[in-house]
Amino acid sequence: MTNYLDFEKPVEEMVEQLEKLKETQAKGKVDMSDAIAELEKKLIEIKKDIYRNLNGWQKVQLSRHPERPYSLDYIHQIAPDFIELHGDRQVKDDKAIVGGFGTIDGQTFMIIGHQKGRNTKERQYRNFGMPNPEGYRKALRLMKLAEKFKKPILTLIDTPGASPGLEAEERGQGEAIAKNLMEMAVLKVPVICVVIGEGASGGALGIGVGDRVMMMQYTWYSVISPESCSSILWRSWDFKAKAAEALKLTPDDMYGNKLIDGIISEPLGGAHYNPAEASEILKKEVKKLYKELKELSPEDLIHKRIEKFSNMGSYKENSNLSA
Amino acid sequence: MSWFKRVADGITTKSKEKKYVPDGLWEKCPRCKTITQMSDLVENKHVCPSCSYHYKIGSHEYFNILFDEEKYKELYADIESGDPLNFTDTKPYTARIKDSQNKTGLKDALRVATGKMNGVKIVVSCMDFSFIGGSMGSVMGEKIARSIDYARENHIPLLIISKSGGARMMEAAFSLMQMAKTSAKLALLNQEGVPYLSILTDPTTGGVTASFAMLGDFNIAEPEALIGFAGPRVIKETIGKDLPKGFQSSEFLQEHGFVDFIVPRTEMKDKLSTLLKQIYSKK
Repeated sequence: MTNYLDFEKPVEEMVEQLEKLKETQAKGKVDMSDAIAELEKKLIEIKKDIYRNLNGWQKVQLSRHPERPYSLDYIHQIAPDFIELHGDRQVKDDKAIVGGFGTIDGQTFMIIGHQKGRNTKERQYRNFGMPNPEGYRKALRLMKLAEKFKKPILTLIDTPGASPGLEAEERGQGEAIAKNLMEMAVLKVPVICVVIGEGASGGALGIGVGDRVMMMQYTWYSVISPESCSSILWRSWDFKAKAAEALKLTPDDMYGNKLIDGIISEPLGGAHYNPAEASEILKKEVKKLYKELKELSPEDLIHKRIEKFSNMGSYKENSNLSA
Repeated sequence: MSWFKRVADGITTKSKEKKYVPDGLWEKCPRCKTITQMSDLVENKHVCPSCSYHYKIGSHEYFNILFDEEKYKELYADIESGDPLNFTDTKPYTARIKDSQNKTGLKDALRVATGKMNGVKIVVSCMDFSFIGGSMGSVMGEKIARSIDYARENHIPLLIISKSGGARMMEAAFSLMQMAKTSAKLALLNQEGVPYLSILTDPTTGGVTASFAMLGDFNIAEPEALIGFAGPRVIKETIGKDLPKGFQSSEFLQEHGFVDFIVPRTEMKDKLSTLLKQIYSKK
């Protein structure tokens, strides 16, 4: 049973109608094939119409859809020989970040991603996709390993934020993320980052410094979640939709502001409607980006990567606007 | 007719008991309530002589404390905030900036200056908490990036004095990316072998902690400062318990291995210059 979001009501109704028709058809009394074909066409139209005009908050909801593919779903599809590597060699293995080598159409990649859980038990096991410092340190260890063996890196970003807890603070959450930002800037191998769901703040950026930073179509990326933004600026959670608009967190906004390098399209209605197709699109895109990057020398890669992030910002100097 | 009649006196201070203190001449310690003459306080680097409370001070005070004879040259003073997202919460971002500028006389939440500290040439980036909570937007990110470049190109040691609530929400993802920008610049400074001293003062949290503030060759804290990634209120709400005493303090961070040492503001200048003389002479 699919979970429909509130703005998907028309889709839900039409799907129900369609099922009824199909049932009648199956009973074999009346021929409904024309009506079914008609309705199926209409369904596609209505879907196209709805998903073309989504606002920020609706995209946030889609990015959190309970059936949306998570990192490991994509990884198993695009790199079937994936071998997961565990642990930061210091404290423990953080379950909210997974990583390991895998082959994408003949090319070995180090693939690292935030990992969420599908049911209550899994969600707890994965800490809701909120890494502790050892998660970021594991990620860095694996990235260094990729650098050593001259393999490109693919990171999949999907987190509601880094874990805010006692232990996270004791073990230096801030330091762990900061270290990753600095080290990722000077990795000698190509780094491709893709936001596949939620991109919340430093917890996302901690594995998000790359030569190409992409967002999938129904995702968001910002400094804070719309809920927290609402509660800080408006002192209530009720303004989350308004906050989502104000934060300009959609892929289109992010691309327009030159804060990401591109958008990866998703199947109609979102990746969860067709995870296989979504993986295929992702794979194609990653291969294309890697082809562009593999020609560059390590020095060029690092220079361009740092240059790109250095140009991010909007300020006035002597009253001249630079953005 | 009211139901209750007040018998005891209300909590009011009678006007004849009020002590009038003109602004700027005296300062009352928020912790021990001792009243100190302003000139004595400046002499004591804005530390309460009675209980060692470190008053929250801004770039102006820090520059005067650190630079010889209070002489320094300010850099990149003309950079001001844009409004990339047309952000409006309870009031427009541009109005918020204007108000803060008028209130503080500052352009934004960070100033950069270069000069000598006990004869050693340094460049200092220092935050002003009074300007929207010392929050990091594009201006702070750009100024820090430039101060790092300045240190690298001139082979001058860099100090960043952090005092910030974290990223500036009104610049959303722009402010997030300042973390990557400043950290990337530090990677280059690192390769050049120029020292970077990160000074953590009360408070240093959020995106500042998760980027340059924790990346010093030396992370040095003032006593009893709040330093952390997540704010205490958020953590308390998440775990549903009160936080242990001293959690996220300078002393806590030193104990857990994230701060090299803690130095009272009164000894800061001498200790920092001693350290720099130990490790670095300009190429």
